[in-house]
Amino acid sequence: MIKRRSFMRATLASGVIALAAASGSLLSFTAQAAQPIKIGFSMALTGGLAGAGKAALIAMELWRDDVNKKGGLLGRPVEFVYYDDATNPATVPGIYTKLLSVDKVDLVVSSYGTNEIAPAMPIVMRNKLVFPSLFGLAVNDEFHYDRYFQIMPAGPEPKLDWSRGFFELAAEQKPKPQTVAIVAADAEFPLAAAAGARKNAQAKGFKIVYDKTYPPSTTDYTPIVRAIQATNPDVVFVASYPPDSVGMVKAAHEVGLKAKMFGGGMVGLQFAAIQKNLGPLLDNIVNYDFWAPEPTLNFPGVKEFLARYQEAAKGKGVDPLGHYLPPYAYAYLQVLEQSIDAVKSLDQAKLAAYMHETAFKTVVGDVKFGKNGEWQKSRVLMVQFRDVQPDNLEQFAGPGKRIVVYPKEWKSGDIVYPYKK
Amino acid sequence: MKGRAFWASIVAVLVAGLILTQVVSNEYYFNALYVILQGAIMAVAWNVLGGFTGYVNFGSAGFFAVGAYTSIALGKTFGQSLPLPVMIATAAVVCGLIGLGLGYLTLRLKGVYFSIATLAMAIVFETLMNNWPFVGGARGAYILTPDSHLWFNSYIEMLFMVMLLLTLGSVAVSRALNASRLGRGLAAIRDDEVAAECAGVPTLRLKLISATLMGAMMGVAGAPYPYFVTFVDPASAFSLFVAVNAIAMPMIGGTAHWIGPVIGALLVGTAQQVITVTVSSELNVLVVGVMLVLFITLAPQGIVGLAQKYLARRAR
Amino acid sequence: MWSVDLFANAIVAGLLLGGFYAAVSIGLAITFGQLDIVNIAHPAFVIVGSYTAYIINRHFGLDPVLIGVLFTPVFFLVGAAIYRVYYAAFERTGQESLSGLAFFFGLMFIIEVLLIMAYGVDYRLVSAGYIGRTINIGFVGIPFRMLVPFAVATALTAGVYLYLSRTFTGRAILAVAQDRLALQLMGADPVKVKQFAFGLAIATTAIAGSLLIIIGPVEPSVGRQYIGRVFAIVVLGGMGSIPGMAIAALILGVVETLVGTFMGPSWSPAVSFGVLLLTLALRPSGLFGRK
Repeated sequence: MIKRRSFMRATLASGVIALAAASGSLLSFTAQAAQPIKIGFSMALTGGLAGAGKAALIAMELWRDDVNKKGGLLGRPVEFVYYDDATNPATVPGIYTKLLSVDKVDLVVSSYGTNEIAPAMPIVMRNKLVFPSLFGLAVNDEFHYDRYFQIMPAGPEPKLDWSRGFFELAAEQKPKPQTVAIVAADAEFPLAAAAGARKNAQAKGFKIVYDKTYPPSTTDYTPIVRAIQATNPDVVFVASYPPDSVGMVKAAHEVGLKAKMFGGGMVGLQFAAIQKNLGPLLDNIVNYDFWAPEPTLNFPGVKEFLARYQEAAKGKGVDPLGHYLPPYAYAYLQVLEQSIDAVKSLDQAKLAAYMHETAFKTVVGDVKFGKNGEWQKSRVLMVQFRDVQPDNLEQFAGPGKRIVVYPKEWKSGDIVYPYKK
Repeated sequence: MKGRAFWASIVAVLVAGLILTQVVSNEYYFNALYVILQGAIMAVAWNVLGGFTGYVNFGSAGFFAVGAYTSIALGKTFGQSLPLPVMIATAAVVCGLIGLGLGYLTLRLKGVYFSIATLAMAIVFETLMNNWPFVGGARGAYILTPDSHLWFNSYIEMLFMVMLLLTLGSVAVSRALNASRLGRGLAAIRDDEVAAECAGVPTLRLKLISATLMGAMMGVAGAPYPYFVTFVDPASAFSLFVAVNAIAMPMIGGTAHWIGPVIGALLVGTAQQVITVTVSSELNVLVVGVMLVLFITLAPQGIVGLAQKYLARRAR
Repeated sequence: MWSVDLFANAIVAGLLLGGFYAAVSIGLAITFGQLDIVNIAHPAFVIVGSYTAYIINRHFGLDPVLIGVLFTPVFFLVGAAIYRVYYAAFERTGQESLSGLAFFFGLMFIIEVLLIMAYGVDYRLVSAGYIGRTINIGFVGIPFRMLVPFAVATALTAGVYLYLSRTFTGRAILAVAQDRLALQLMGADPVKVKQFAFGLAIATTAIAGSLLIIIGPVEPSVGRQYIGRVFAIVVLGGMGSIPGMAIAALILGVVETLVGTFMGPSWSPAVSFGVLLLTLALRPSGLFGRK
C-alpha cells in the first residue's frame, strides 16, 4: 500500500514537475518570442545637426512601426534604445558603451554625421558588430572595418566621387572653362570635399586660381566672394555648411559673381526652409543632392514614404519636405531588415557577409555596397535649380525645380550654362 | 583634514578604484567615471587661480585642448606607442608655460583683463589648431585605441585608473598649496591685492606660480582625452562647455577650500552623466547654467560654505 | 591678387562690418566699460533681440529695424530687473569679481538653452525689401544688407553718446563710473543710476539683434562667436569711452576683412584676438581709456 501511495505520489510529483517544466519552457519560449529586438544608437537631437537628426529619427520610427505591423523581425517586435548625443563627439563613446553593456542592445546603427559616427567606431569594432551608417564622409577610410555599411551614395572613393560630377560637367562645356576657384568652410566635410575637388579639377586640366578656407564664424561673405571674383574664375566650387551656404549664395548675388558655373558641395541647399528663403537666388546653381522629386528618381515606395514622413513631420520643427536625409534613414534600416530576414538570425558575421554580397531594393532604389562599406557605384547627383519662385515652399515638392544634370543614367534635363546670363 | 588622515583617504580611494576595476566589468561606468574625474581635475586646477587667488579663467577649454593636442601631436610624431605618462608630462610642461606666458602678459593688470585675455587665448589657439593640418586641422584627428592595456581588463579601465591617479595628485597639490605659505599669500591677494602688496607679499610672483600650476594641471586633464574619445576636432576640444564646467564645479562646491571643487565636480558631473542617458544631453547645459546661477546667488560660498555654516550652527 | 578695387572694397566692407560691431558692443561699453560689470552674457541678449525680430517679422511682416526699436523698452525693463538681482546678490556684498562673472556666464548658458528648447537650432532669417540689393559707387559695391545696419548702428552709437554726455541721467551714469561717492553726495542714488544704465545697455541689444539677423542667419549659439569680439572692442577702445569703442569696432571690422580678403579668412579670428592680447600687453588702457 505504502509502495503504491508513494509510487502514486512519485508519479504525481514527477507529473507536476514535468508539467511545470513544460509550461515553464513554453512560457519562456513565448517570452523569448515576445522579447523585443533592441536597436541602439545615438542621434543628434539637439545641437548643430539636430534639424537633420530629428528628421532622421522620424523616418526611422516610421520604419520601426512598419516592421512591427508586419510582425517584427524574426517574429520579435523591434524597439529602439537611443540617446541624444547633442552633436558632441565626446558623448558618443559613453553612449555606445552604455547601449552595449547596460542596455544590452542586439544591434547598433550610427548617429548622423561624420563627427558623431567616428567616435563609435572603436567600440563597434571591438564588439565585432555590423554598423549601418548614416551619412558620414569617408569615415571608414581610417578604420577599414569590414562590417561598416554607409547608406550615403557617395561611392567607393567618397572624397573624389563627391565633386567628380561637377567637374565632369564643367569639362564638357564648350568653350571649355579654364580656371577654377575652390572655397571651403573650416570643418570636416567641407575640407574633405574641397580636397577631392582639388584633385578632380587638376585631373580635368583646370587651373586653380583661388583655394582658400574660411572660419565657420564668418559674418560677412561679401569680401570672400569679392576676393574670388578678383581672380576671375570660370568655375566656382563651394564646400559649405548651411549658414555659410546661405551667406555665399547671397554674397554671390550681391557682388554679381561672373562665374560660368557655381555651386558643388554646399550643404543646406537641400533643406526646404533654406530653399524657400533663397528663392530665385538659387537659379542655375549646380549643387550636389541625393534625391529630388524628378521623374527619373521615382523609386518604388519613395513617394508613399515621403507622404507619410511629411504627415509625421508636421509641427515638429524639422524639414517639412524631407527629401534629403529621411529616405536614406528609412533605407538603411530596410537594408538591416532584409538582411535579418534573409539570414534568419542576428549573427553579426552572417549579416555582414550578406550585406556585402547583396543588392538591396529600398525606397532610394537599388543599394549595393562595395569597398570599405561604401556604395559600389557613386550616385552623387548634380542638380541644377531652375525657375525658382520667391517665397514658395510647395514648388519644391514636385518636379521641375531641381533638374538632375548628372550622372547620365539619372539625368532629367540638360544643364543651363553659363550660370549667369 | 590632518595630514595622516588625508593621505590615508587618498590611499583608500586608490585602492577602491583598483578593486572597482577588478569587480565591475561593465565598461560604461568607467566611461562615466572618466568624464567625472576629468571634470574634477579641471575644477581643482581652475580653483588654484580662481578660488585661491581670485582671478577668473574663462579660457579653461584652451588649456585643456592644448593638452589634448599635445598628445595628438606627439602621437603623430613618435607613433602611438609612446607611453601615456610621457604625453601627460609634456602636456603639463606646454600648458604650464602657456599659463606662465599669459600670466606674465596680463596679471600685472586688473583681474578682468586677465579673464578676457584667457578667452582670447582660447580662441587664438583654436584658430591655430584649425589651421594646423598636422594634427588634423578643422577636420579633426582620429586616434586609434592602442592594443596594450597593461594588466587591466580593458583600455577604458586603464584610462580610469590613470585619471584617478591624476585627480588624487591634483587634489594633493591643491591641498598643499592651500595650506602652505604660498597659499596664504594667494588668499591675501584674493582678499585685497593692494593691501597684500603693501604688506610685502610678492603678488606678481605668486600669481604667476598659480597661473603656471593651473595651466599645467589643465593640460594634464586634457592629455589622455584623445585616447578616451578617439576623435578630436578643435570645435569639440575647445568647447565652451568645458570652460563653463571648469567654473561651475568649483563655484558650486566652494572655492575657498581645496575639497570644494571635488565636491562640485562629483555633484555636477554625476548629474550630467545621469541626464545624458535619461533625458537629453542638451539639458545638461541648462542644468549647469541653472545650478551655477542658483548657487552663486544663494550660496556664494558653495557647498563647503553651507557645510561650514551648518557645522558652526551645530557647534553653538 | 592685390588690386586697388579689391582693396577699396575690403576697406569699405570692413567699415560697414565695424559699424555693425559697434552696435553690438555699445551695450557692453556701458556695462563693462563704465559700470565694471563683466556681462559676458551680452551677446546672448543680442541673440534674443535677433529672435524677437525674427518672430515679429515672420508673423506681422514688420521691418526688423523697426521691431528692434519698438522692443527697446521691453529689453530695458529686463535689463533693469537683472541688475536688481545682480546688485542684491553680488555688488552689495562685494562679491562681484568672482561670483558676478560666473553669474553672467551661467545666465548666458541658460538663455542659449532656453532659445534652443523653444526654437531649435535651425538658422533663422528675416526678409526685408532691401536685403539683396546693392548700390555700386564706381568699383565699390555696397550691399544694403550691410549698409542699413551700418547706418542704424551709427545712429545708435551717436544717440547713446549724446545721451550720456548731454542729459542729466546720462552724465550721472558717467559719474557713477568715475566716482560713486561723489555722485551720492550730489544727491543721485548710484544704485538707481546703475540700474538705469544696465537697462539701457540691454535695450541696445534689441536693436543690435535685429541688425544681426539682417546681416545673416542666426541660431542660438551664434552669440558665442561675438563674446570675444565685443570684449576685444571695448578693451581696445578703452574702458569708459564710447568714441573709443566705435573706433575700435571700425578697426576690428577693417582688420578682419583685410585679413580675410588677402591672407585667407581662416586667420581672421586669431588676428583679431592677437590684436587684443597685444593691446593688453602694450597699452592696457586701450586707445582712449581713462588710466
